[in-house]
Amino acid sequence: MQDTALLRIEDLKLHFRTAQGTVRAVDGVNFQMGFREAVVVLGESGCGKSSLAKAVLRLLPRNVQTYSGRVFLDGADVMRLAEAEFRQNVRWVRMSLVPQAAMTSLNPVLKVGDQVAEPMMAHYNVGKKDALGQARKMFQHVGVPADFLERYAFELSGGMRQRVAIAMSLVTSPALILLDEPTSALDVLTQANIMNVLKRVKQQMETSFILITHDIATSSELADRVAVMYAGQIVEVSDAPRFFAEPLHPYSRKLMASVPRLRSTQAPEFIAGRPPSLSDLPGGCRFAPRCPHRFAKCDQDPPVVEQAGRQVKCWLHA
Amino acid sequence: MIQMQLPVNTAVVSAPAEAALLSVRGLHVWFELRRWGFGHAGYVRAVDDVSFDLRQGEAVAIVGESGCGKSSLMRAILGLHRPTRGEVVFRGQTVSAFNARDLRAYRAQVGFVQQDPFGALPPFMTVARILEEPLLINGVKDPAERAARVRKALEEVKLSPVGDFLPKFPHMLSGGQQQRVVIARAMILEPRLIVADEPVSMLDASVRVEILRLLRGLQETHNLAVIYITHDLSTVRYFAERIFVMYAGRLIEKAGVDDLLQTPRHPYTHALLAATSDPDAHNATVFKEVPPGEPPSLVKPPPGCRFHPRCAQAIAGRCDEHVPPEFAPQPGHAVACWLHEGPDAPA
Repeated sequence: MQDTALLRIEDLKLHFRTAQGTVRAVDGVNFQMGFREAVVVLGESGCGKSSLAKAVLRLLPRNVQTYSGRVFLDGADVMRLAEAEFRQNVRWVRMSLVPQAAMTSLNPVLKVGDQVAEPMMAHYNVGKKDALGQARKMFQHVGVPADFLERYAFELSGGMRQRVAIAMSLVTSPALILLDEPTSALDVLTQANIMNVLKRVKQQMETSFILITHDIATSSELADRVAVMYAGQIVEVSDAPRFFAEPLHPYSRKLMASVPRLRSTQAPEFIAGRPPSLSDLPGGCRFAPRCPHRFAKCDQDPPVVEQAGRQVKCWLHA
Repeated sequence: MIQMQLPVNTAVVSAPAEAALLSVRGLHVWFELRRWGFGHAGYVRAVDDVSFDLRQGEAVAIVGESGCGKSSLMRAILGLHRPTRGEVVFRGQTVSAFNARDLRAYRAQVGFVQQDPFGALPPFMTVARILEEPLLINGVKDPAERAARVRKALEEVKLSPVGDFLPKFPHMLSGGQQQRVVIARAMILEPRLIVADEPVSMLDASVRVEILRLLRGLQETHNLAVIYITHDLSTVRYFAERIFVMYAGRLIEKAGVDDLLQTPRHPYTHALLAATSDPDAHNATVFKEVPPGEPPSLVKPPPGCRFHPRCAQAIAGRCDEHVPPEFAPQPGHAVACWLHEGPDAPA
């Protein structure tokens, strides 16, 4: 069967070994997305959303206990590839990353132009001059003046550094870019600028995005679809218009109600209780201990219910 | 012509000075830059002529981007920076004139809630010890009284059962709980004023609201004055009565919360509001309007209005040459912008 999805994830697991026991950061994630689509992965800190990005890009730390499941990129199962092949042909060629804290992820002793050019030289065997030409083009796309190619990271403002990190992720024209909290450390106006840059890139280039964030308001700037993550699992996937108008999962609803709004007098509410520890997860529905709609069935693991093109992992909708 | 315009007295905006708990008057905080360690190389004008009054029981928010000088302003209010010019007056006394003992007494009346709760709490002290420390420093000699006040402070920030939290170290608490301990520490000496520096920016959305409500509750029950420093306009409505917008070392707009959110006057305030999103799928279909460029260097700020190089409505020969004084387009609303000069200024 021909696969029309750009990315398809099946039962992806990433567990870590720690002194506190097994941390189940990504625990059975199923998910797919199409070409030229922007998907937002929403979740609070410690829900496993950054680990999901690491699992997809296979950027694994040493204390991995379990790393299983299947990741299809454009129909090919990239989980089966050997590390060398994955590095040469997938990571930063087919998909790349804008890491969290782009502020500190740039090399302080390299000119930013050289850093942006580097993936081209490493993966496409391009000479430095051509690679720098490509870097210059990317700088144009993200709105960094061309003379910044010669500068070092410390000479740039936070917003400019973030643009450079985006340029570096774009330079090899990958099909998919993962952005991990790209705006959380930035000021409001800079944030708006970066979201404008991403919108423009989305319009002009054939790129898909996975935007990982806890910032619901900013996420609505880019999202075609929204996936909500809670305690290592995806609990809802929905198209953005319907999600922002009426989320389905009780956790998504609570999350939306917790957002302070500028253009409404409705007071935000907080979610009682704490998310469970990923090393000590409750049985059944993982949100049940905090859920106002809890009933007997919630002691069992809820199924993923398909509802008019949306998916929700909740007994209320079964 | 310019001299004909009488700058509006700030007294229109705030309560009369004698009723003020805290009064900041013409405050300048400049940092000298040195070349080779001794040659003078200019000043970083972090706070440049800031004035406002704060009444007992009043909550104000100071909103601005990083590098606008809001932290320097805060540190001057806390007595951590000596003003270059101007003064901070607390209950009729000038803070910069305090000696060490006065300063200790002053700091007992001003609680400080830091941005990063984990960084603000000493990692090797238990919660009980952290909260006892300010009492020891301020001469509360009776151990039973200290213990009672520590318990009371923890109850006030809703860390219960109190006994569970007393022996814990900061790393054993969640971010929200850590921030509650920081708030309890700020409250334990029963201050009159709380200065909260981005108290929720490091916390998750669901916890943020909880902490803001807690602060608001404490403010109301204790009739505290609160200075809430933030870059996030969307949380201000639930917290403060007045907003001061800060740009490049100056307060460019001061108004009541509803007034400012509904009818912002300064072009920079407009830009800030326009850049702040509410969750709405429509956002993805439009580009945001953002003023070009970045905030200016505080070493050589632009002449005239400091926002004029980025302002679409700048008036040549006026905004780029003359510093705008404060105009009052309506009572209780002050704006430092030439567009609002005179009666026929745009609303």
